[in-house]
Amino acid sequence: MKYWRRPLDKNKIKTPKGHIYVIPDRCKGCGFCIEFCPKGVLEESKEINRKGYHLPKIADGKEDDCMNCDFCMLICPEFAIYTEEGE
Amino acid sequence: MSAKGAGNEGKIETVEEHPLDHILRQDRLPHIWCPGCGLGSAMTCFAQAIERVDIPLKKQVLLSGIGCTGRIAGYVNVDSYHTTHGRAIPFATGLKIANPELCVTVFSGDGDLFAIGGNHFLHAARRNVDINVICVNNFNYGMTGGQQGPTTPVEAKTSTTRYGSFEHPFNLPYLAAAIGAVYVSRWTTLHCRHLEKSMEKALQKKGFTFIEIISPCPTGFGRPNKLGEGLEELRYYREKSVIKNDASWDELELHMRGEEPVVVGDFVDTERPTYLELEEQMLRAKGLMK
Ligand SMILES: Cc1ncc(C[n+]2csc(CCOP(=O)(O)OP(=O)(O)O)c2C)c(N)n1
Ligand code: SF4
Ligand code: SF4
Ligand code: SF4
Ligand SMILES: [Mg+2]
Repeated sequence: MKYWRRPLDKNKIKTPKGHIYVIPDRCKGCGFCIEFCPKGVLEESKEINRKGYHLPKIADGKEDDCMNCDFCMLICPEFAIYTEEGE
Repeated sequence: MSAKGAGNEGKIETVEEHPLDHILRQDRLPHIWCPGCGLGSAMTCFAQAIERVDIPLKKQVLLSGIGCTGRIAGYVNVDSYHTTHGRAIPFATGLKIANPELCVTVFSGDGDLFAIGGNHFLHAARRNVDINVICVNNFNYGMTGGQQGPTTPVEAKTSTTRYGSFEHPFNLPYLAAAIGAVYVSRWTTLHCRHLEKSMEKALQKKGFTFIEIISPCPTGFGRPNKLGEGLEELRYYREKSVIKNDASWDELELHMRGEEPVVVGDFVDTERPTYLELEEQMLRAKGLMK
């Protein structure tokens, strides 16, 4: 992340890390999680699920960027994606 | 494709269960809502909220009327009742009065709550019955084929207003506040975090609370009005929504077109004696209750 002013506690505060899980056959490919992830972690994969929808996947180079903010979980209309605290 | 394994280009872990699954009735899922419909996001926020508040799930009840939104009562794993069209509020009122221990929430659509059910809304708010009403406003009757309803914005196209609606729609937060709701807020389904917090607040608050959720209905409203699919409508909310807790009532009119903003926020948070408190007060004053 870029800061216009470096926060005083930058070294003390650790940004949380998240681990992402999807439940492939629930996804309806609406793209909400992809579009609104504040860190741009997700993108549409070429792979389709049993219903014929494109699932989200982690974008190249974004493997360590999820901050476990839960937004994808809350906005997903299908209960198809969530995150847990990672290392 | 198999549901499990390293699929998905090996880049995202796949599993079969979701941490909120226990809040939902698994035998009823998947839900019937269209791809890009906002109702699933609204239900996730609600599932999260009822789990987070300090009210046991056993004491929570969810009621709805008829419509796409009305299906929610059938999906959430708490005691629930799917009433006839428009009648969720009188059912909720009776339930609360018969068993004041319960935390009673009505979750229904704009047509159900404000067309056929409008009168019930007025009187429950006027009496300050201690229930929560959550309205998903998608500006049309989604379930029955996208007809015009009491919240359809001026000029909006629906299957019964082919040339655009010319009726003045309800301004729901203004209406709720005017008739006495003690908590009034409005969010879009893009404001998940605010919405979830507002739901927690409403569930814990004593008195009649009202939350309006502006939600995409790509099938009935988005396409005829060139708002596009669900994703495009959410982009529109991102661009046009403004959080303004002290907005004037006029600013809360919704146009859903052009440059007009979509004003959201927490507009009312006040206290007023509830229906049951007033009844008790009267009975004591007249020596009819010790
Ligand atoms: C007494 C009665 N009249 C009419 C209907 C038909 N009907 C079913 S749902 C509905 C309107 C639903 O609109 P809304 O409440 O906005 O829900 P949405 O589907 O948009 O979520 C109507 C008119 C009915 N089921 N019962
Ligand atoms: S938890 Fe937040 S950062 Fe991680 S993928 Fe979801 S939306 Fe993006
Ligand atoms: S929000 Fe849910 S349904 Fe939509 S694309 Fe993401 S995982 Fe699939
Ligand atoms: S018709 Fe509209 S409200 Fe009903 S499920 Fe489809 S998108 Fe959602
Ligand atoms: Mg509706």
